[in-house]
Amino acid sequence: MPNVSNAPALRLTDIRKEFSGLVAIENCSLAIEAGEIVALVGDNGAGKSTLVKIIAGVHPPTAGTIEFAGKTVQPTTDANRNDVEVVYQDLALADQQPVYMNLFLGREKIKRPLGLLDRRGMIDEAQALVSQLDVRIPSVTATIRDLSGGQRQGVAIARAFHWAKRIVLLDEPTAALGVAETARVEEIIKTLRTQNLAILIISHSLDQVFRLADRICVLRRGSQVGIRRTAETDKNEIVSMITGLA
Amino acid sequence: MDGVHRLLDRVDVRQNVVYVGFLVIFLFFSVTLWDTGFLSSRNLINIVLQTAPATVMAVGLVFVLSAGEIDLSFGSIVAVAALVGAVVMQEASALVGIAAALAAGCVIGAINGAFVAFLRLPSFLVTLATMGLFAGVARTLTDLRSIPITNEAFAGFFGSGSLFGIPSLVLWTVAVVALGHLVYRHTTFGAHVVATGDNAAAARACRVKVTRIRLSVLVLSGACAALAGLLYAGRIQGARYTLGEADLMIVIAAVIVGGTKLNGGKGSIIGALFGSLLMGMLNNGLILMGLSVSQQLIVRGLIILAAVAISLREPAR
Ligand SMILES: Nc1ncnc2c1ncn2[C@@H]1O[C@H](COP(=O)(O)OP(=O)(O)OP(=O)(O)O)[C@@H](O)[C@H]1O
Ligand SMILES: [Mg+2]
Repeated sequence: MPNVSNAPALRLTDIRKEFSGLVAIENCSLAIEAGEIVALVGDNGAGKSTLVKIIAGVHPPTAGTIEFAGKTVQPTTDANRNDVEVVYQDLALADQQPVYMNLFLGREKIKRPLGLLDRRGMIDEAQALVSQLDVRIPSVTATIRDLSGGQRQGVAIARAFHWAKRIVLLDEPTAALGVAETARVEEIIKTLRTQNLAILIISHSLDQVFRLADRICVLRRGSQVGIRRTAETDKNEIVSMITGLA
Repeated sequence: MDGVHRLLDRVDVRQNVVYVGFLVIFLFFSVTLWDTGFLSSRNLINIVLQTAPATVMAVGLVFVLSAGEIDLSFGSIVAVAALVGAVVMQEASALVGIAAALAAGCVIGAINGAFVAFLRLPSFLVTLATMGLFAGVARTLTDLRSIPITNEAFAGFFGSGSLFGIPSLVLWTVAVVALGHLVYRHTTFGAHVVATGDNAAAARACRVKVTRIRLSVLVLSGACAALAGLLYAGRIQGARYTLGEADLMIVIAAVIVGGTKLNGGKGSIIGALFGSLLMGMLNNGLILMGLSVSQQLIVRGLIILAAVAISLREPAR
């Protein structure tokens, strides 16, 4: 009987995933507490994105269990849609729509009794949200395509933050960004931690991983090689874990 | 500050080409055709009456294009729906005939939609095929014969009638445009239509029912085409396989000039109304100028080309 109140926000136990014979993930077990940032690292094709999609319910795992706050979830059902939110590298934003409509896409506010869109309400709530996270955009009514890459990623993270009850998954959120924009996005991610969300971030930048993460989980060719506390390891150790070369 | 931004968001030059163009061409005809009665209220109302069916089709097409799809078959649906309505009305009441016509439009739209939404075939090719298919159906339905509609109430309701002195075709135009605008701008459905056309993967990731949206817009387009068919049928008090035949180019031009993007994500119902009125005004003015049919085709083509070029050109960025 799991202790629900003390359970971690996310717990993966012995996750395995095969794509028609190809083993993409095996023996993966990981727990993330609320208010913790865990980095997921590994070479290209190591299975990082696949693991994120399994947690997000895009792919069902071949074996293993997923628990949100101690409750086992049935993968790929909508029941847990509010527990976890994902920020994909390729930005799931609608470019020609304003920021606030993207923040509310699929979950628009409507006004009773006619059920018409409450644009005013969405604009106000979006405004409060971007202020809270200090996402610096000209206006929440600005069109996405008029924003910089960093601003767009800020919007995507704000959306995830707004809807996620427990867990935010970030798949290479700064891969396409310059130095200043990356720093800005990292600030926003740190704000999420203070809001008691559990955060899993995929990154190829070890500098970034060491700046942000509390712990680091290393995958190599689908297998979990190990988990280290950031404070108790260094880049050399992580690199050798990633590559498998001592 | 915020207000200024919001204002700037709204004043998008490309999306306002239609209003400027409308005004310029209106002024041009007003000056050059001042002695031909172009400005008479009779002629101006006539323009609105003549464009009513095109405007109704344009409203449906805005939804289709915004969702990232296209419908080339609506002209054929006009004829099929009008003929189905007329044939049914020979045996049954006008109400049953109207219902049959609208149902025919929805069913054909659903056939288009099924191929596009469920089989993910390109709507351009699907509706190119069904355009020919249903033009053929319209011809065979009554063996090229036109079917008269003798029901007075029907003709009044859809064609020559009026309410409080306002012609029924004007009322239809206003009603369809107002309802279309409300749904497009102020409902979740409208928001999901543009999101689907903008970035279908993003919309789906946000749980937007993309497949249902694609199906719906093509059904909607079929329904609008059927209503346009009823408007034509009311005006000429009968149905013919040629109805809607010439509307494809005009309606697409009206919608694009009105600020709707050909590849989805953005559109305007009010813009489409003005685009349609612009096309009607051009038609009317060029005839009054005494241009031959071939000259009209050339001039209209050039003006549409210019308007489309201005409204579609992306600013350098
Ligand atoms: N839908 C799928 N069908 C079949 N194979 C897949 C699928 N998705 C991923 N794979 C395979 O699973 C393996 C892991 O891919 P994944 O995208 O998870 O890697 P990654 O660690 O995110 O790599 P990168 O750092 O390049 O993003 C790869 O061999 C990939 O080809
Ligand atoms: Mg990846």
